[in-house]
Amino acid sequence: MSGRVLVGVKRVIDYAVKIRVKPDNSGVVTDGVKHSMNPFCEIAVEEAVKLKEKKLIKEVVAVSCGPQQAQETIRTALAMGADRGIHVEVTGKDYDTLGPLQVSKIMAALAKKEDAQLIILGKQAIDDDCNQTGQMTAALLDWPQGTFASEVSMEGDKLKVVREIDGGLETIKINTPAVVTADLRLNTPRYATLPNIMKAKKKKIANVKPADLGVELKSRLEVLRVDEPPQRQAGMKVETVDDLVGKLKDAGRI
Amino acid sequence: MQRALCRATQRSRSLSSSRRHASTLLVAEHDGTKLSEGTLAAITACAQMKPITLLVGGSAEMAATAAKADGVDAVQFVDNDALNHGVAEEWAPLVEGIAKTGFTHVVAGASSFSKGLFPRVSALLDVAQVSDIIDVKSEDTFVRPIYAGNALATVKSEDAIKVVTVRPTSFDKAAAEGGSAAVSAAAVDFSATGTTTWISEEVAKSDRPELASAKTVISGGRGLKTGDNFAMLDSLALKLNAAVGASRAAVDSGMCPNDMQVGQTGKVVAPDLYVAVGISGAIQHLAGMKDSKTIVAINKDPEAPIFQVADYGLVDDLFKAVPELESKLP
Repeated sequence: MSGRVLVGVKRVIDYAVKIRVKPDNSGVVTDGVKHSMNPFCEIAVEEAVKLKEKKLIKEVVAVSCGPQQAQETIRTALAMGADRGIHVEVTGKDYDTLGPLQVSKIMAALAKKEDAQLIILGKQAIDDDCNQTGQMTAALLDWPQGTFASEVSMEGDKLKVVREIDGGLETIKINTPAVVTADLRLNTPRYATLPNIMKAKKKKIANVKPADLGVELKSRLEVLRVDEPPQRQAGMKVETVDDLVGKLKDAGRI
Repeated sequence: MQRALCRATQRSRSLSSSRRHASTLLVAEHDGTKLSEGTLAAITACAQMKPITLLVGGSAEMAATAAKADGVDAVQFVDNDALNHGVAEEWAPLVEGIAKTGFTHVVAGASSFSKGLFPRVSALLDVAQVSDIIDVKSEDTFVRPIYAGNALATVKSEDAIKVVTVRPTSFDKAAAEGGSAAVSAAAVDFSATGTTTWISEEVAKSDRPELASAKTVISGGRGLKTGDNFAMLDSLALKLNAAVGASRAAVDSGMCPNDMQVGQTGKVVAPDLYVAVGISGAIQHLAGMKDSKTIVAINKDPEAPIFQVADYGLVDDLFKAVPELESKLP
């Protein structure tokens, strides 16, 4: 295989931020909150760049769907080694209701347009925690999928994928073209160095609208409200192991 | 058998005539002898979306076993080797095809199997999917955690077929015995696509309870320093008949395998007792265990965030406290 890889990257609230639910329960506060690339997407970019470094593929194209700020996330991918970017501009109400089904339609349309042989995505975004986009994209293209991958290797025109499953690991071999979603253990993403960040500014980001791709963004899933989860009652500190054993016995836990 | 078939036919007739009413296709997971805990929890979650038809990939014997689950109204089975390893590419067109025969809901317990399969089914049906629900408000309205469980979203689906996965720890398990559902072979032409070849699996064998369903879980984090020190937790777990889990820090540093990971990106557990040893309590870890009934934290750092959710916290050196705890257990 020696073609083009599409990598999906999502801009999300930084993983270390303690999120706050809006007082009107319409969502979580995003204004003025630190955002960064979804950690699983970083792993996807790293894997694509590695494949290119091994000369197994020719070009890495980073794609992000969202408002203007999505371009920052694409720049990060370019600084990590992606060759060019595609910003699929989605704003306003469309962005509020943008879900995995809509994103997967965009990714599938781009895969055809760009004649991609491989799509690498993260296994889930840490904001909506859906874990759906890769699988949906594969279904729409009728391509096989290697989800929750912790190891990917090329064997001719096939991919060998080791998957993280309940209870252990599973190895599968899939035909290409294919969709792969990255688990945490796939690799350790590199840091973008300053020279590479400067170089990334010269790389091209194409701007497209979903309509250009023939994708309609209508969603039949509505978020009615967002709430704080129930808070746990404050616990107590015990002084000694004996105390601890006593409390657990009283609570009937041991 | 004749009677069972006859009943199944009547049922499918009544289903097609009343399409407005809920009717659930529940994709069963099993190990060849019994239904998974997640499947039994999903049966409970679907109580408002009856009747429930269980789809079993496997033999007639397994289908007959599944039919005994309390709350199941019918079982359809497909016996084909291509379905054996839960390959999503083979399962998806099958589930899609059966879903379209009059079901309003397609449901499964959240697991690595359904996480791979259900989004594929959703896309084939051109519907959104609702992942990992923790509550059912009505036939079309569900509650699911977002942002690692730091917010709960109530979502309403207006799709004709609602594709839903259920968080197993959020619902009681239906009894595996006591039901008597009608069993029939699914009326489908199944042919394998062959785009994906299953090669092998390495499943960690253990005589301990399974992590996701254990009544007691003991987890270790970075504080254990080395993988060898996990033996200390194993020994404690043996005494408590507990499963052993780990934080991402412990997994990332190679101290234990990834399938032990508890958290947003690992397993979600809700045991009666969760003992966190040498775990600071990062957001991502709390996402996987904060619904445990009683949480105990043993950590030498009194400022560790884990103490904010622990019912009982012991500020002490774990290398001293854990062996002492083991020696003082009944």
